[in-house]
Amino acid sequence: MNLVHRSLPLPPAPARGRWLSRSLAKLDVLGAWVLALLWIAPLAFACWAAFHTPQATLAFDWRAPWSGANFVTAWQAAPWPRYFANTVLLVLSILAGQLVVCTLAAFAFARFHFPGKDAVFALVLIQLFVLPEILIVENYRIIVRLGLFDTILGVGMPYMASAFAIFLLRQAFRQVPRELEDAARIEGCGWFGVLWRVYVPAVRPVYLAYALVSVSSHWNNFLWPLVVTNSAATRPITVGLSLFGAPENGVDISVISAGTLLTTAPLLIGFLIFQRQFIQAFLRSGIR
Amino acid sequence: MLKKLLLKTVSAVVLTTTVLTAHAETRLTMYYPISVGGPLTQVMDGLIKQFHQANPDIDVNAVYAGNYDETRMRAISAMRSGADAQIAVLGALDTHDLIDQALIEPFDTVAGADPQWLKSFYPALLANSNIGGHVWGIPFQRSTIVMYYNKDMFRAAGLDPNRPPQTWQALLSAAKALTTNDHYGLMIPSTGYPYWMFQALAIENGVSLMNDDGTQVRFNSPGAVDALTFWCSLAADHRVSPAGAIDWSTLRQAFVQGKTAIMWHTTGNLSVIKKEAKFDFGVAMLPTNKRSGSPTGGGNFYLFKGADAVQQKAALTFIRWMTAPEQAARWSIATGYVGTSEAAYRTQALRDYGSAFPQAMVARDQLQVATPELSTHGSARVREALNNALQAALTGGATPQQALDRAQASAERILASYR
Amino acid sequence: MTAMIRSKQAMYGWMLLCPALVLLSLFAFVPTVSTVWDSMFSHRMPLRPEVFVGLRNYRGLFSDPTFLQVLHNNLLYCAVTIPLSIVLALVMALWADSKLAGRALVRLAYFTPTMLPMIAAANLWLYFYTPGLGPLDRIGHLFGAAPVNWLGQPQTALWAVMVVTIWKEAGFFMIFYLAALQSIAPELREAALIEGASRWYYTRRVVLPLLMPTTLFVLVNALINSVSLIDHLFILTKGGPDNASKLLLYWIWETAFAYFDESTAAAATVLVLAALAIVAAIQFAFVERRTHYQ
Repeated sequence: MNLVHRSLPLPPAPARGRWLSRSLAKLDVLGAWVLALLWIAPLAFACWAAFHTPQATLAFDWRAPWSGANFVTAWQAAPWPRYFANTVLLVLSILAGQLVVCTLAAFAFARFHFPGKDAVFALVLIQLFVLPEILIVENYRIIVRLGLFDTILGVGMPYMASAFAIFLLRQAFRQVPRELEDAARIEGCGWFGVLWRVYVPAVRPVYLAYALVSVSSHWNNFLWPLVVTNSAATRPITVGLSLFGAPENGVDISVISAGTLLTTAPLLIGFLIFQRQFIQAFLRSGIR
Repeated sequence: MLKKLLLKTVSAVVLTTTVLTAHAETRLTMYYPISVGGPLTQVMDGLIKQFHQANPDIDVNAVYAGNYDETRMRAISAMRSGADAQIAVLGALDTHDLIDQALIEPFDTVAGADPQWLKSFYPALLANSNIGGHVWGIPFQRSTIVMYYNKDMFRAAGLDPNRPPQTWQALLSAAKALTTNDHYGLMIPSTGYPYWMFQALAIENGVSLMNDDGTQVRFNSPGAVDALTFWCSLAADHRVSPAGAIDWSTLRQAFVQGKTAIMWHTTGNLSVIKKEAKFDFGVAMLPTNKRSGSPTGGGNFYLFKGADAVQQKAALTFIRWMTAPEQAARWSIATGYVGTSEAAYRTQALRDYGSAFPQAMVARDQLQVATPELSTHGSARVREALNNALQAALTGGATPQQALDRAQASAERILASYR
Repeated sequence: MTAMIRSKQAMYGWMLLCPALVLLSLFAFVPTVSTVWDSMFSHRMPLRPEVFVGLRNYRGLFSDPTFLQVLHNNLLYCAVTIPLSIVLALVMALWADSKLAGRALVRLAYFTPTMLPMIAAANLWLYFYTPGLGPLDRIGHLFGAAPVNWLGQPQTALWAVMVVTIWKEAGFFMIFYLAALQSIAPELREAALIEGASRWYYTRRVVLPLLMPTTLFVLVNALINSVSLIDHLFILTKGGPDNASKLLLYWIWETAFAYFDESTAAAATVLVLAALAIVAAIQFAFVERRTHYQ
């Protein structure tokens, strides 16, 4: 890099060029803001609908009073606390399973040598493409045969071996300096000790990032829970929301909007507060 | 001394166990659908609580499972997964399928079933589930299509609000007079259950869409094609209906909001419309063309195979109670569904309700000209083929003849393996 | 390493892999094989056991006009939503990365749809699309447009569904582009400025090529999602009207769970798996080239 160039002043651009670039810059800002407004519009309109009576909503009466009645109706229309509890249990159990299973597997790939390792790793990566939903018919049969139909474990089990997590953790483990492991070994640690004392703490940011990605994606999962759960005792929020908004009873749009906001509020509010961490998590998981 | 103590303990244990088992609750699980408006899960819960108070040794767990299609899927899925379910409220038209899947027991073979009770319901409501000499389903939430109309709009258009149109021609001219810049004249829903609406039009045009065995259909017979042509012409030629699909669930709100003067819908929406409409409205039987008629609709109680003798007996007790005249009357008043037996209409509750609100009696009166709902083997797929054809014709994607020919071809393919 | 230490290592390695391998076998490998196997048998009913029919189900699929329509729908869906979401994501990332006023809010607006479950997103758009009464038609009314039954007519139903998908996915892909943009060395930009390059030139000739690996990653993700994410159909159209907006996985779900025809569903699943295998092959073929950019 030629430092001399930096200290020379830039030749002044022609006046017309300056005006053009300034207008383009303003257009840029305008464009970004218009798109942002467009993007937030559906959510904004849903807020509008949720806080007004159906008549006011559909008539777009700007002076109509705001009321929380729809939220009360929506809350009473379905066992939301039960659905929330089920969803929390589901995402936490999936995460726990993933943390254990994938840590062990990633550790094996990162630090052990055994014949056929690369072939097995390639096989594992196949799961990146073959999601449980794609094999929905067969997986459903297997869950039934295991006696896990209509259980939360049945919903979570297919996701516990996550190729994505294994890939991420393997990469992270590989970057842990050997000296740390050697130091632990000198103190008399076996393989598990090394894993628990050295590797796991060293990649904590990756765990955190992955946890956020996993929780938010499984919170929003729908098709597989639809097929495996049958009763309110195991049903997560997404399936509950689809039943609640069931077109046939003609539940009106204000109540549906209120119910939708109710159920997505925890994740949205959590996101708003922990925005930076969420975005960092997704950023980190994308970097290969 | 020890021997005496031992004897006392043993007899105490035996006594307690006998007492406990005698009072052991029989647990039943029931899947049921809701496909009309109103807080019906609460009504259902209320009924079940009342049943439990009258029968403390039977505990019924009622599982709301969505609309009819979703409930069918959930119930069958549960049965095939070995889940513990004994009862379901499923579409009366699903009987063939349920028999084919070997999932249900006929009520006439259950110990303790009273043949008189099995015959006490309206014959029109038993038609879909009396197959092969057996009674496979007990009517619970049953309906016919009725015509709701906005009396205020009738008056504004110079029509007599107490003389709703009774023929297709009269309906068409009334709808034309009622169509203004603010609202349409007539809306017939084409999502959700379009085959049901089409069946009504076909019946009124003198065509029965299927044979009694459920092995043949006549979707593209000339009378059926004419019926569909009439339906399509409402939007395309006469402009009394909006173009495109008319949604089953939001139609009720469109009517209540004054977007249409007349609508065809299930009588099951009657109570919620009574609550929501801020105007005077009437209910009429469907109009005649070559004859009067409407298909029946709604759900029956079915008894799943695999229940043991104790559960079967408990289930029978439960179903008898739920369909007894008092409860049938209560359900009918809460929803608008038809009271399923004449005895129900003789109860004080329904008699008083009927005199205060005569609109509730129209569906019952229409039972005299009601026909079984479209039901065949492989019912779900055959219905889907017809639904798709109807939507294609109504949205201008195909002519009625083309659409119904296509539906007939698909149905033939599906039914071939059942003949 | 001595042979004993090597075999002890191998043993430990396999042991650690066991739980993952068991689960993956149960829910990925075994189902794949049994799907292929099942696809070669006839429709099983309780009163009529299945028979081996070889490739008859596949022939049946390709002579079924509904399946062909669904296939066509999905191909069109991929062809439209994937490029559009990627381009939008890129544009959003460029904006979110620049020195924009209120940049954090803009980024928030772009990313929020991603945090919603698809079911919730579909509910929001259901209101938007309500003919005559929903915001879209209301705004159109202000400009004198007639109300359109977006979800209720075959011409617009699939496009309406596509819009919802793009709305949801673009923000998600934006994040990956943002990460890549932030990892571009700032010296490159300064060099370009000094050479007198315009911002557009810099973006086109420097930034976009550097984003190629991310684009590939996002493309693969988008392809997988376009096959597996069909939640919105349950709320918006249920695949109608007349199969105009039905997508493959929804059709598979319907065939298996509503009509109990598991063998036909299995045959269709095999076709989907084959398509995904091609995608996987593309992904891995480019892995070599991508590592140069790390």
